[in-house]
Amino acid sequence: MEKVLMKGNEAVCAAAIAAGCKYFFGYPITPQNEIPEYMARELPKVGGTFIQAESEVAAINMVYGAAGAGARVMTSSSSPGVALKQEGISYCAGAELPAVIVNMMRGGPGLGSIQPSQTDYFQATRGGGNGDYKTLVLAPADVQELVDLTIEGFDKADYYRNPVMILGDGFIGQMMEPVVFKDRSDVELPEKPWATSGTKGERKPNIINSLYLGAEELEEHNIHLQAKYAEMAKNEVKVESFGLEDAELVIAAYGTTSRICKTAISKLEKEGYKVGLIRPISLWPYPFNEFEKINDDCKGVLTVEMNTGQMTDDVQIALNGRMPSYFYGRTGGMAPTPEEIVNKVKEILGGDR
Amino acid sequence: MTVVFERTTGLTEVETHYCPGCTHGIIHRLVAEVLVELDILDDTIGVCPVGCSVLAYKYFNCDMQQAAHGRAPAVATGAKRVHPDKFVFTYQGDGDLASIGTAEIVHAAHRGEKISTIFVNNAIYGMTGGQMAPTTLIGQKATTAPYGRDEETMGMPLRMSEMLATIDGAKFVERVSVDTPANIRKAKRAIKKCFQVQLEGKGFGIVEVLSTCPTNWGLTPVESLKWLKENMIPYYPLGNFKSPEEVE
Amino acid sequence: MEERIIAAGFGGQGVMALGQMLTYAGMVEDKRVSWVPSYGPEMRGGTANCNVIISDDLIGSPVVIEATTALVLNKPSLDKFEHSVVPGGKLFINSSLISTKSTREDIDVYYVPANDIANEIGNNRVANMVMLGAYLEATKMVGMDSIEKAFYKVFGENKAHLLPINKEALEKGAEAVRK
Repeated sequence: MEKVLMKGNEAVCAAAIAAGCKYFFGYPITPQNEIPEYMARELPKVGGTFIQAESEVAAINMVYGAAGAGARVMTSSSSPGVALKQEGISYCAGAELPAVIVNMMRGGPGLGSIQPSQTDYFQATRGGGNGDYKTLVLAPADVQELVDLTIEGFDKADYYRNPVMILGDGFIGQMMEPVVFKDRSDVELPEKPWATSGTKGERKPNIINSLYLGAEELEEHNIHLQAKYAEMAKNEVKVESFGLEDAELVIAAYGTTSRICKTAISKLEKEGYKVGLIRPISLWPYPFNEFEKINDDCKGVLTVEMNTGQMTDDVQIALNGRMPSYFYGRTGGMAPTPEEIVNKVKEILGGDR
Repeated sequence: MTVVFERTTGLTEVETHYCPGCTHGIIHRLVAEVLVELDILDDTIGVCPVGCSVLAYKYFNCDMQQAAHGRAPAVATGAKRVHPDKFVFTYQGDGDLASIGTAEIVHAAHRGEKISTIFVNNAIYGMTGGQMAPTTLIGQKATTAPYGRDEETMGMPLRMSEMLATIDGAKFVERVSVDTPANIRKAKRAIKKCFQVQLEGKGFGIVEVLSTCPTNWGLTPVESLKWLKENMIPYYPLGNFKSPEEVE
Repeated sequence: MEERIIAAGFGGQGVMALGQMLTYAGMVEDKRVSWVPSYGPEMRGGTANCNVIISDDLIGSPVVIEATTALVLNKPSLDKFEHSVVPGGKLFINSSLISTKSTREDIDVYYVPANDIANEIGNNRVANMVMLGAYLEATKMVGMDSIEKAFYKVFGENKAHLLPINKEALEKGAEAVRK
């Protein structure tokens, strides 16, 4: 297929449509407005439906209704809007509905800023809504990966009957890069015999529901959900890493920040520093095992994020006290520069060489 | 032996959890009968709310979705847009529709969603134990208005039908009551007409049904019917506020 | 090779399109490319800028801090980005709107009267293409054929009638550098 130059926000839409998504419900918020705009323009051309909902809350509940009716469906927003969607995401998880939710993160808390950030790591990976649930959280670092993960996200959402979150930052949404769309014309969408589409008098009514008033019943439902999450944790870990066997220090970073770190790592290499990288692509399930590959002489792991250190919790769980954990980050919409990261690495490893 | 009365096939055989004397059962039955009479039960997707009728998915004998509090019109919107050829209805109470879900019901009507809403108004929060609703009457006591509703601090009761009737996308709006056999028959006619508005693709329709809550009103079922008639109907006048003939 | 470009000006000067043209052209030539805009309230009439990277290798940070080239179309952009250019890099100044000179002596500075040239051609709006023409002449970063292909991608086939005036702007920009 032809290589095209696309903005992340538009590429995620094209990917969704390529994956068979015909329904989009959203509400405007910077920096992801190109997403509803693209969907409003393109979905009618493929026989789909776009609705600008009255709020993010309504949008995610329209997603619930459409997913419950058996459709591939997506919504998108940015941090404060995704906070509003947490109610519906929790309901989707509880009712086991597949859907893709895109978060192009901006600075917080509160109204924050419209500049890029990674401040919703906890919200995304811990289950931002109520209850014991997990969403598959995928964090692309470039536009091609955004496309590939979005298409795969729809397949995984259907397979596990679970919401999938595409966690980008303002850069991923606003950046233009070349992308190639794989031909998916021969891919058939899975049957959904559980969906509400009218019984046609041929079967018992299907019910989409997250309510279990009996404590035993709800516990049983939760055990079922946890078994599903365990399967996801086993099969859906995605990670990129390099240099772990002889690194003096390893950097852990995801999304746009990981690219800034790669630039920093190649600068450091020229100065004689061996720095490895672990780039989680799935933030949940987290690639804990990858950290075991770090050599024993390594001085530690430096987490770099556009927040105040949310991922260090997972890094420390992964390291389990084996070596020190360090952090460098910028917030508010500021992105760390390669130079800042270089300096932090030197500070940890001790001076210039 | 002649059968003079039987369970409608529009309802499952599950025993409902509603309190003795509560009129939800009557309203369920009316909705189910209309679904059967219009021969659309097998092509229906119902959406139930949070509140007393949260378990309605167990009672209606059709595909059902259980929605978050107040969001039934949004959920119904999603389902209807995926299946425009299916009949989609929501069943909501006054807390769900007139309080937490005002945005969703107003905008579903505003978009002219081709869905039908059954709005059960009993002037109180039933499921959570008798708290004040937006439709609680002035002077009426509730657990969160222990001295009675006071206009000065709590505002006047909200008339949803009148409000929704001002919206262009709402094509059918009627308020009915189920306090007498005659009113029950009128209610059924309104529900049928409302559903036909959707089937004919005309737009959004809503039937507000004045209902009782003997448990939280602290009255007997019979007293409740009398209280509804004497207190609710004067403030919430029955009648049709809008129908397609009138619109066109 | 990794070319890291900052293109900056005020909203409406077409710096985003300038950057996109370069990015597309780089892609047409099978180079690795990325384009990142500044976005937000400053887009509404304030200063706007974009970062373009054209590289033979995988692109790390898409954000340009140390630019190999900066194209500045107004004074605030010169003030903001003059010192972002690495020693040995290039700075293109729109001398129609910027009367001051660069204080840098460790970089190549090109003064291009982009708006004057654009006005001579008859359309003030192609000043961005004059700047791009100057840049292409000085760096030979991408070929004119690729730029032409990029034009259709950025502006759409229905703007084909504007191609001649844009090409003229590119040529005049190149000429300004050759002088």
